[in-house]
Amino acid sequence: MHPAFSVVFFTTATGAGYGLLALLGVLGGLGFIPADFWLGLAGMALALGLIVAGLLSSTGHLGRPERAWRAFSQWRSSWLSREGVASVATFIPAGLFGIGWVFFGKSGGWVAAAGLLAAAGAVVTVCTTGMIYASLKPIAQWHSRYTLPAYLIFAAMTGSVLANALLQSFSAGSSAILALALLATLAGWVWKLATWRYNDQLEIPTTANTATGLAGGTVRSIEWPHTEENYLLKEMGFRIARKHSAKLRWITQALAFVVPIVLLILAFMAPWPLASMASALAAVSQFAGMLVERWLFFAEAKHTVTLYYGRA
Amino acid sequence: MTCLPAQTDKKLGLVIDLDTCVGCQACVTACKEWNTGGHMAPLTDTDPYGAHADGVWFNRVHSYEHTTELGGRTVNFPRSCLHCEQPACVTVCPTGASYKRASDGIVLVDEDKCIGCKLCSWACPYGAREFDTDVGVMKKCTLCVDRIYNHNLAEEDRVPACVAACPTSARHFGDLGDPTSAISQLVEERGGVALMPELGYKPTNRYLPPRARSERAAKVDAPALEPIKAEGGFLGWIDRMLSN
Repeated sequence: MHPAFSVVFFTTATGAGYGLLALLGVLGGLGFIPADFWLGLAGMALALGLIVAGLLSSTGHLGRPERAWRAFSQWRSSWLSREGVASVATFIPAGLFGIGWVFFGKSGGWVAAAGLLAAAGAVVTVCTTGMIYASLKPIAQWHSRYTLPAYLIFAAMTGSVLANALLQSFSAGSSAILALALLATLAGWVWKLATWRYNDQLEIPTTANTATGLAGGTVRSIEWPHTEENYLLKEMGFRIARKHSAKLRWITQALAFVVPIVLLILAFMAPWPLASMASALAAVSQFAGMLVERWLFFAEAKHTVTLYYGRA
Repeated sequence: MTCLPAQTDKKLGLVIDLDTCVGCQACVTACKEWNTGGHMAPLTDTDPYGAHADGVWFNRVHSYEHTTELGGRTVNFPRSCLHCEQPACVTVCPTGASYKRASDGIVLVDEDKCIGCKLCSWACPYGAREFDTDVGVMKKCTLCVDRIYNHNLAEEDRVPACVAACPTSARHFGDLGDPTSAISQLVEERGGVALMPELGYKPTNRYLPPRARSERAAKVDAPALEPIKAEGGFLGWIDRMLSN
């Protein structure tokens, strides 16, 4: 599948934004993170900023972005429509929580209720994003039990690493958040390795035989219907050389998992200004790593239409 | 809107005979010619005379070499929308632009509602949908919905343009939901198959596999040329004279 940058950035940014929003909603609403104007403002601006930037970026690949409002109508059948509805609906409790927690400096009561609702909305939205990909049968690497948990784990991971960086920079860090960020990153690494292992051993029942209805033997493409690349090949026929794929997997692991883990352990041991810098660097490195991961998620996904073009 | 009808009154579709298709591309050009002025018009071409010609087509003919233990054969394979009973291209549509008609099962796109998110083309395993970069919306085969019900055309012309154009009658149109229809009988008789049945889209269109090889055909080998036998009479005399 063609890795459109607007979609790669969209899923990465909203994942991190919703992860951070959910953590702030729960921890801020229940008073585990004390209400502080500047910390709250920075945190909510970062979370909502990532979400808004991601959603705006997602409209970048639309052919007719001026009609985007229509996408809220088919929530009964379409995960993409559900994602749109959930993402917009989440702004309501998130906005209320932000006002109560940041501007009124409150926690508990209605602020806690709004915070918990915002967290629930964030989780639902990330689930709908994951389901858009997990529901697509023609792409075996996405239509697997690994896809939905991956979106949730990566949102929790990037969100908690961001939350830790935020709290550390206001010298309000806690070892519990640091431990959460560390554990979530480890979980993300394990899940990504398991997903790659599963995809590499995948035996896809759909072949050139079932695609053409020609039973038995081999079906070899001897002539395409067109001489130049068409929409199908540009959009669905994206290919990545195996050697680049292997190299990019190492880059993903280094930036998204190994470097953040080392920096977070350093933050555990180092005194304040150093711990804060290490935490911020961990978040930046992980975000870059997750962009590479999401690019690979598309580039390594193979659509059944390529079978018609003799691409096994 | 993008929820699917529980059942459709008819299941209009195509049956394509892979035994007789000669890969002449007549259906491809007839489709383009009709539809670039039809329901989904225009079928935009970009750089049509340049080095990177590209454009929207609803029907594409591939050629394959199918090799089994009995030998190899060339199979020409027209590929277009199969008007599935479970079209995920419709259910994934966030805007209601894609829909499946309850009356005849045809899957269509309302171009005025399409936002061009391309998700339907990802959801189609068969590559039936093509994006029009110029108009910014998705396009697909309409089963010539503007021909098959068109009372301005003579009754025999009320078939999809691809069917009308096929010089070898490899393309058939009709109601695959009616077991007594001629097209259903043809599928029954020839063992017509659905493409990628394992994905569960339940395509309406059927493909008739190439017929088995037959040993029944008469021998047409001409006997080898042999030297002319010496004849008697006048011709024999000429033969002898010329042979000297």
